[in-house]
This record gives sequence, C-alpha cells and structure tokens, in this order.
Amino acid sequence: MSLLLVLGGALLCAAGGVPGLLLRRAETGRRLALAGSLAGSLLGLAGAALAAVTGTVETIQRSWPLPGAAFHVSLDALSALFLAPLFLASAAAAVSGARSFGDEAHPDDAPRTRFFFGLSTGAIALVLVARNLLLFLAAWEVMALAAFFLVTADRESREARDAGRLYLFATHVSTLVLFGFFALFRSASGSTELVPLPAGVAGSDAGTALFVLCLLGFGLKAGLLPLHIWLPPAHAAAPAHVSALMSGVLIKTGIYGIVRFTSLVPDPPASWGDALFLLGAASAVLGVAFALGQHDLKRLLAWHSVENIGIIVLGLGVGLGGRAAGRPEWALLGFAGGLFHVVNHGLFKPLLFLGAGEAAHVAGTRDMDRMGGLARVLPKTALLFVAGAVAISGLPPLNGFASEWLVYLGLFDRARATGADALRAAFGVPALALTGALALACFVKAHGAVFLGNARGEAPQPHGQPASHGEPPAHVGPMALLAAACALLGLLPAVVAPALARAAAVAAPGPVPAKPLAELASLGTVGVAALAVVLLVAAVALLLRRRLAAETTAGPTWDCGYASPTARMQYTASSFARGPVGWFGWALRPRLKGAPVAKLFPASARFESHVLDTVLDRAVVPVFRAGAWLARQGRVLQHGKMQLYLLYVVATLVALLFQV
Amino acid sequence: MTHPVDILLVLVILLNFLVLGTPSLRMTIRGAALQGVLLALLPLLVHRGFGWRVGAIAVATMALKGLLIPGLLEKAMRDVHIRREVEPYVGFVPSLFLCAVGTALAILFSGNLPLAPEHAGTLLVPASLATLLSGFLVLTTRKKAISQVVGYLILENGIFVFGQLLIEAMPFLVEAGVLLDLFVGIFIMGIVINHIRQEFSSLDTELLSELKD
Repeated sequence: MSLLLVLGGALLCAAGGVPGLLLRRAETGRRLALAGSLAGSLLGLAGAALAAVTGTVETIQRSWPLPGAAFHVSLDALSALFLAPLFLASAAAAVSGARSFGDEAHPDDAPRTRFFFGLSTGAIALVLVARNLLLFLAAWEVMALAAFFLVTADRESREARDAGRLYLFATHVSTLVLFGFFALFRSASGSTELVPLPAGVAGSDAGTALFVLCLLGFGLKAGLLPLHIWLPPAHAAAPAHVSALMSGVLIKTGIYGIVRFTSLVPDPPASWGDALFLLGAASAVLGVAFALGQHDLKRLLAWHSVENIGIIVLGLGVGLGGRAAGRPEWALLGFAGGLFHVVNHGLFKPLLFLGAGEAAHVAGTRDMDRMGGLARVLPKTALLFVAGAVAISGLPPLNGFASEWLVYLGLFDRARATGADALRAAFGVPALALTGALALACFVKAHGAVFLGNARGEAPQPHGQPASHGEPPAHVGPMALLAAACALLGLLPAVVAPALARAAAVAAPGPVPAKPLAELASLGTVGVAALAVVLLVAAVALLLRRRLAAETTAGPTWDCGYASPTARMQYTASSFARGPVGWFGWALRPRLKGAPVAKLFPASARFESHVLDTVLDRAVVPVFRAGAWLARQGRVLQHGKMQLYLLYVVATLVALLFQV
Repeated sequence: MTHPVDILLVLVILLNFLVLGTPSLRMTIRGAALQGVLLALLPLLVHRGFGWRVGAIAVATMALKGLLIPGLLEKAMRDVHIRREVEPYVGFVPSLFLCAVGTALAILFSGNLPLAPEHAGTLLVPASLATLLSGFLVLTTRKKAISQVVGYLILENGIFVFGQLLIEAMPFLVEAGVLLDLFVGIFIMGIVINHIRQEFSSLDTELLSELKD
C-alpha cells in the first residue's frame, strides 16, 4: 500500500507538467501542474509516512524485456526517510515557484520548467525506491537531465547556461563512474539487484575499488568537498524554487547512494568510516568558510549545502566506524544523526532558498552588499528566514540542533573509547563545533546584511509595485509550512526517534543497542530543553520590550562625528565576514583589489574582495586547460576527409578481427 | 557448393565486383539493388520452415533494399544529373584487385572462426566479410556522395548476411531496427546530397573538408 502510494505520487508529480507543454492556455497548464504536484506530494508523503511509522518493507518486482533489468522497487524505512522531505520540499517549492517563476515574467520558460520540476521529483522518488541496478541508473539519469533543464530554466541568462554546462559535465562524470561502480558491484555480488555483498569482499581490492567509485560517483552528486565544483554556480543561477529542490533533496540522492551501498556490505572496514569521517569534517568546515566569503546570497546558501552534506557524511562516518568496531550504539547514533540531518536539511534549506529568492527578487540583485533593510518590505519573509537560519546553525529549539546533537553524542561516546577511536572523536567534536559557530556567524552576516539596516541601493519595491503589495500567501505559505516542520522536529524529536532508529537499522544491519534511540540520546530532554529555550527567549523579549517602552526617550544620537550618515556607511556583508575569511585565507585564497586607506584626507579609493572556488580555479580548470591542449594536438587527425575517416574505421575493424 | 544458399552467396560476391568495377552510377545502384533482392531470399533458404517472421523479414528487406532505396538513389541521380563516377581515389582495376584480395582474406579468415556446426560448411561468413570489405572499399575510394550511399548499402548487406547466423537467437526487433537505421540513414544522406549540391554545386565529398571546423 505505502509503496503504491509513493509510486502513484511520483507518477502524478511527473505527469502534472505534461499538459502544460501542450496546452495553449498557460494558466490551465499552471493549475494542472500545481494540482499534480500537490496531489502527488500528498500521496507520496502519506506513503512515506506509512512506511516510516509501520516499518514494513514492501516490494514490487516485475520482469522487463531487457537483459539484466527488472522493475524491482522496494520501500523500507531508509527510503521512506529520504522520501518524506522530498515530497514535502517539492510541494512547497512547486507552490512557491508557480508564483515566483510564473508565466508573466517567463512566458516561454515557465511551462517547461514546471514539467521538468515535476519530472525530477518523480525521478528522485524512483531513485530512492529502485532496487535494480539498471532501473536505478535509468532513474538517476532522468533525474540528472531534468535537473539540467531546471538549472538552465532561465535560458537567456549566460550565467545559468554556464552553470548548466558545468553541472551537466559533473553529473555525467558521476553517471559514468556509477556505470563502473555498478558493473563492479554486479561482478562482486553476482546479481543485478541491490543485494547484500558476500562477506569478505569489502576487505579485498575489489571492495576498495567499489568504495572509491561509490564516493566519487555519489559524492559528485552530493557535493562533497573536493567534488562540489558544480554546486555553488548551479544553485546560484537556478530559480529559487529549483535551488530549493536541488539543495534540499536532489543532492541527498548522493548521500542515499552511499548509505544504501554501505548497508549492503556486511563487514565494512574501519578505513571506510575514517574516509567518510575526514571528508565530512573537511567538507563541513571548509564549506562554511567558503560560505562566509561569498557576496551572492544564493551562492552562500549553496556553500552551506556543502557544509551540511559534510555534517551528514561526518555522522555516517561515525556510524560506519561504529559498525567496524562492533559498537552498535555509535552506529545507531551516527547513522541516526546523519539521516536525521538529511531530513532536517531537506526542510530548512528550501525554506532559506525560498526566502533568499524573494529577497533577491525584491532587491533586484543577489549581491548582499547591495541589499539591506528588506525586513521592512518583507517582514514575514525576514522572520521565517531567521527560523531557517537558527535551524541551519544548529541552535535549539529547531531541528538542526536535534540532529547535530545525535552526531555529537556519537562522537562523545566514541571519545570515551581508547586509542585511535578517541583520537578521531577528539578531532571531530571541535570540527563540528567550529562548523556550527561559523554557520551562525555566516547567517548573522546574511540576515543582517539583507534584511536589517537600510537599503544600500535604491529603495526596494516588491515586484516593482508599491510596498503595500505585501507578501502573497503563495510565497509565505510554503515557507511557513517548512518552518513549522522544522519547529515540530526541533521541539518533539522523540516522535521521529522510532522511524530514525528503523532507518538506521537498515543502514547499519547487525546488532542493535539495548536501549531505544530516544532514551539513548535523551531526546525527550532535548525537546523539553528546546521548549525551555523558546519560553526563555519569549520571556526576555517581553521584558526587554516592556523596559524599552518605558525608557525610550527621543533625542539626537551621538553620531561619531559624522553629521550625515548614509546607508553606505553600514557594515557590509564582506566587512562583517572579514575576520573568519582571513583565518581561512590558506584555503579560500581571497582575491583583493585596491589598497587600504593610508593617510589623512585620502583621495578616492576602492577596495574589492572576491572569494572564488579554490578547487575549481586552482585544480579543475588548469587540468582541463591541459587536457584541451592535449586534445588540440589530436586535431591533425581531423582533416575533414570523409574517406579517410572511414579508413580509420576499416583499420580498427581489421585490427579487431586479427585479435580474434 | 551444392547448397542453394551458397549459389546465392556466390552471386552476392560477384555483385560486389560489379559495383566496384563499373564507372556507371546506374550500374552500381542496380548492382546493390540486385544484391538486396538476393539477400531478401536468403532467410527463406537458410530457414526451411516458412514462419511468418521469416516471411515478414524477406518481404520488408526486398521492398526496402530492392525497390525503395534504389528508387530514391536513382531519383537523386536524375536530380543532380550525374551519370558516372570519374577520378575515384583508387582506380577501377586496383579496386577490383583489392576486392579480390579482401574476398580471399575473408575466406581464409572465416576458417579460423569458431562457428556453430550447421553454419560451418556454408559460405555465409566469408560472403558476409567480403561484402563488408567491399562496402568499405566503395566508401573509402569513391568521391561522389551517391557512391558513398551505395557503399553504406553494401556494408549493410554484409551485416545482413552475418545476421542470418543469428536469426534464431536475435529478436525480430533487431532486424527491424537495422532496416530502419539504414532507411533513415539513406533518407538523411538524400537530404545532405541535395544540400551539398546547393552549397558547392558539385557532389565531390572532398569539398566537405571545408566544413571540418
């Protein structure tokens, strides 16, 4: 039943956009796409929830007249945990996108984008339930290609086309690697279905190759640190609701792949856990450091995706280390923390992207140094953005705290062990803490620069209309829904604990700890503490407001000698982040232009700083330049003579025949 | 050599020589067409049982290779007013010689192949390889675009002969797919020929090297 609901939901989502491609009336197409998206998401969500609550595994297997392929789908607790945020975020983003990327502003692109949006939602759902290697790859490719058309939704923007090309390259490398991965998997397991590998494979060379290919192929999609190159440009250039879907759920398919693969390995070596642990820690810390250096609001959020993927992978690393060491409680805490963070990131990141998209639309730019004061025009958006920021920074009372809490507990538990395990934990805890602190700094910067203060450019006008136009429910509603989900999971983490534990048990087969997860992690206490934080904040706010109301006197402020302050004197986003960007200068390599002001009465001066993607600019681009140079040497062979081209074919054929 | 299939295949090989040896475009087209008609009979002879599948393949092959495609080519020939292939890269006598060498090599080579016992005695594999090589020879030595299309046609004939080995194992879909591929290929070539003529006012494919960038 639950599997049929999910499949039906995926089909409805995917089919909803089709009429819009054929109908002449855009409005009807928009309504149908929205209806399909909402109904499909509702069905899918119901199915995922049913599977997560009951914990039953449902399977459908039908033959398919293609060698090695079968329509083999299955829904278990692990798939359900990824499916739930998918459908929730997709519905929210679809509603928001139907307005923000509508037919009025994009008459040519909007119907196409709605179609590909639904298609990618359906394809992600199919990826998450597919249990046949070929079915998985087919769904994976549909998802990747649909996302390409989503990134390039705004065809007239050169930035979007460039980002789309980089994404297409990255995603095809990922698919290529996965072809190798599945071929190797097939030969190791002897089956074209996703079945457990025989014991002993993991320790062999084939096992190592499998793990490396898995990290490469799925890591590219997830945006794990050295493989993240496509992610910031694509998320920045895509429309906001597309970024919400991609960042919130699409990149999680990479995480899903890693988790699903490791769950099929009966005896993962400790080195696998260490690799995930290190990659996750590096991704988390450097991801947030790069985020601090950004000027572009959506690029900043994209870098936070790299950071959060890092936190998730760190959790998985702890869990996998626990499996290798035979410590079920580490495994449970690590996997449950990582998987919980998957859900949470799938809720708060779309929330942030939808808010950022609206802010950028109203301000007419994504450059935070040119925004400011938007809270006056978009008060509800500003408030909901704060909720997302609190959640992503891992602060109580919202859900980001609850999931990071589980990872912390896993690490603390590990620190109490002896030897190398304690050393690893001693490295992981500060890394996670540093990430949280920097994320908080980054969102103070983003929120302060965008929503507080005064407008730095011209006065912002929402949608080019008077400020009274306000924020329509189609925009606030989805954000409020996501924020409510974040609050619910933050205040009542114990409610989802059984589902998390079941998913973690799928991810880490083997012995389970005696205590249930909620008790092991004192999730009830976490909920109470979160509630206490809410009450405390409310009480302090009330007190402050009362006191301020009593004591406020009107008068001129001390103006530091500046008789007429202007909006340009505010702290900019870059100046706020200057300190942390300097600490990470070795990795960020900020490019500075212009000299500091040296003497009194200086002449007019200018200063610019840019943080580019170090991996892309210093490693990938030079390598590809060299590759292009090499390839140009081969141009001699391309002379344009058709007969000689055919001769190449003959020569190859004859050479092959002689091999027989 | 008493097998009726072998007699048919010898005719197919002889037609290769005809196509390579004549400067007349009409002769090459007719030669390829006749080869197609002979090949259409092949499934009926290789498989004694006259199933509907085998019959359908034979009829479709005859219609496409014997009538439709040669008809298209002759129409193209009339449209562009070309009768003869002049100055091929390799002359007609050397081409015939190369074809003879290729055929001999094909016969020698197919002796080394591990074949199913029921095919081992026939000329199926040598004829297939020889036709394949002749097709390539036409493709690489001729300049006119129409000759090139004929080259593809002969190449495909070679593949078709080889396919007879597998007709039991191969799904009907594959046969149909190959035929469709060929038809679409020729169709596109026809359009390309027209455009080459408009652009370069000649059908020499060597002029195409101007398009390489």
